[in-house]
Amino acid sequence: MGQVAAFDEMGIGRDPVRKLYRKVAQWLEETPPDLLAARRAQAEYMFRRIGITFGVYGDKDAAERLIPFDIVPRLLSRAEWTALAAGLTQRVRALNLFLKDVYGARNILQASVVPPELILRNPFYRPEMIGRSAPHDVWIHIAGVDVVRTDEGSFYVLEDNVRTPSGVSYMLENREVIMRLLPDLFARHQVAPVDDYPDELLACLRSVAPRPDQGEATIVLLTPGPHNSAYYEHSFLADKLGVELVEGRDLFVEDDKVFMRTTLGPRRVDVIYRRVDDDFLDPLVFNPASVLGVPGLVGAYLAGNVTIANAIGTGVADDKAIYSYVPDLIRFYLAEEPLLNNVPTHRCREPLSLKFVLERLDELVVKEVNGSGGYGMLVGPHATQAQREQFVAKIRADPANYIAQPTLALSTCPASFESGVSPRHVDLRPFVLTRPDGVRIVPGGLTRVALREGSLVVNSSQGGGTKDTWIVDDADLED
Amino acid sequence: MLARTADNLFWLARSMERADYIARTIEATLRLDYLPKSDGDQTMEWESALNATGAYDSFMAAHGQLDEENAVEFLTFDRSNPSSICNCLENARAAGRAVRTALTAETWTAINDAWLELQRFEASHRFARPMDRLALTRFLDYVKKASLDFDGSCYRTMLRNDAYWFNRLGVFIERADNTARLLDVKYHLLLPSTEPVGGSLDYFQWVAILRAVSAATAYHWVYRDRVKPWLIADLLILKRAMPRSLVSCYESIDRALDALARDDGRSGLAQRHARAMHAKLERSSMTQIFQGGLHEFITFFIEDNARLSNTISEQYLFT
Repeated sequence: MGQVAAFDEMGIGRDPVRKLYRKVAQWLEETPPDLLAARRAQAEYMFRRIGITFGVYGDKDAAERLIPFDIVPRLLSRAEWTALAAGLTQRVRALNLFLKDVYGARNILQASVVPPELILRNPFYRPEMIGRSAPHDVWIHIAGVDVVRTDEGSFYVLEDNVRTPSGVSYMLENREVIMRLLPDLFARHQVAPVDDYPDELLACLRSVAPRPDQGEATIVLLTPGPHNSAYYEHSFLADKLGVELVEGRDLFVEDDKVFMRTTLGPRRVDVIYRRVDDDFLDPLVFNPASVLGVPGLVGAYLAGNVTIANAIGTGVADDKAIYSYVPDLIRFYLAEEPLLNNVPTHRCREPLSLKFVLERLDELVVKEVNGSGGYGMLVGPHATQAQREQFVAKIRADPANYIAQPTLALSTCPASFESGVSPRHVDLRPFVLTRPDGVRIVPGGLTRVALREGSLVVNSSQGGGTKDTWIVDDADLED
Repeated sequence: MLARTADNLFWLARSMERADYIARTIEATLRLDYLPKSDGDQTMEWESALNATGAYDSFMAAHGQLDEENAVEFLTFDRSNPSSICNCLENARAAGRAVRTALTAETWTAINDAWLELQRFEASHRFARPMDRLALTRFLDYVKKASLDFDGSCYRTMLRNDAYWFNRLGVFIERADNTARLLDVKYHLLLPSTEPVGGSLDYFQWVAILRAVSAATAYHWVYRDRVKPWLIADLLILKRAMPRSLVSCYESIDRALDALARDDGRSGLAQRHARAMHAKLERSSMTQIFQGGLHEFITFFIEDNARLSNTISEQYLFT
């Protein structure tokens, strides 16, 4: 079945294990199975009590489901992190400049770096924003870049996620839980803290307020509401930031200014951290049937009276077709060589690539250009013949809608189960914050783990779980 | 604070308080049911329980005929009754989820724990219907404790700001409504003309009323006398020391609205209305109330209390 020997980040079965994981391995070995079982049960109890759940669309019985949490932490050394963070910073800087350019001067089109139709006909390209700049030239305030690893030194970016990335609440809550659950193991490592993320985010949102001279900006978090799958995260973040959690109906626009309805009457809003997609932001401009948005919001934004984070129109930068050009974008905008790898991507819109893809469907991962959440993809080596044939038809019908990538041998980390400790594939989503004065990344991120044996799909909607991610100081590597 | 948040906090508190009241009403009715019965209507107690929780009409529309099993089901697990205990707790959690940022971690946990427990009760109830008395008692104890946990966590952990005061308004407006409805259903038993006859069914009825508002012990501490109907009315309407009396509820409502007005620097119709109702209760005596008619007094109070609830909604833009 095309199973590839994966790099295990601890070195399961190796003696000795990787130095970084020495103490974790020791702990796994010394802890009796029933104690590990108790810890797993305790973790689940803690998550359920706090109410950390997510909804799965189209699954009525599981309107609120718990994302499984694996108690074994995932470790990265400070050196590994520093290199990774530099690559992420570079990437997000380039994407910000790309957005500024495609809605502004369009140098990239003149230079023929990216085929124009990929941008201009992109469903996420917003004609409303043409000729407009984002406040303080920041478009991607928050990016949640998905990174995978294939061996000791190779990190690949899978997706840039520059629309409304989610998952940061798990990064924070996983840490809280693990510190209570495994205090001794935690204390034996020098783990970089993550709990300043809300402060960093707040500072980021403040830094882009449209009226910096007018005293403290009023910031709100705009949610689609309790039925949204990430609602828990929205309320969690609003709470940590100390800002109001609003729905579209709590806001209104008058004279191109945004107000929220409070018990004391209307209150002016300066910055909206939105967790609502572009399409639903303003029924006057985008989807007219949307009840999640605020009529007139785009007008207020274009008038410069409110900042929306992330900016309207960022979707054009995290489309899977544009993804394949990101290394070129880095060279074009920054005149630097990319620090992080892109997964080699075959664009089915190109006839030669299409032929190549159709011939090697059993080796490749095929993705819809605009898909997300693990839906609409085919993992060739794990698919049945019938599934592959179905995809051939789909690709032939609309080649431009698909890209294909080699099946990466994603690294694994040890995970704890009733049957014992066993390796599972993981990815990592660090959260990258951009302010007018630069990029910041809290050391850490959300590690997602494919809990099904052999599975490569880590999405929570597809049976994935999470782990706490420790960036540990190099002192731990010394003997 | 967002108007929608204030609205949710208000109804969250009302739902939790109502669940507690329904649980107590069922408990008191069960006790009456244990009494040896002469002939006559066996289901009268359940009729008055349904009336006291404002569910009689919808019950009759759904079932057509009264019996204990259906009445208990309707008041506890029946999802088609908007005021069943199940729905109260479900609504409370939905409101709580919508305003998580306005709740302390303790308060949210109290609500969420109650809801998780409810899932377990519902699941086991599905396989064991009708509930035996033991299971029912366990369920009612849980509901009372859930309400107590919620109330206690609000009191102990919430900042004394607008969120807290809207929460208190919900608790006390609901509580005043509950006490008044109970009095309304039982008022004929409380009139001075009904002379107490030791050991009569009436006597146990009076005690049941006291139990429904957790005041059976309080009664004896206040009056140091055996249970007399007009003193029950006095206790539940005019005694400031009794936390479920109408006057005590209005003292708290008045205080919450004053606190809101002080923080906002704005006083409106809601403050004036509450102050007037509070003053009227403070000035009243039982003699006066009986002269004007206990029934009329209570009916008017229930309407006036509902008017205040609407005025608050309008003044703070929930509607």
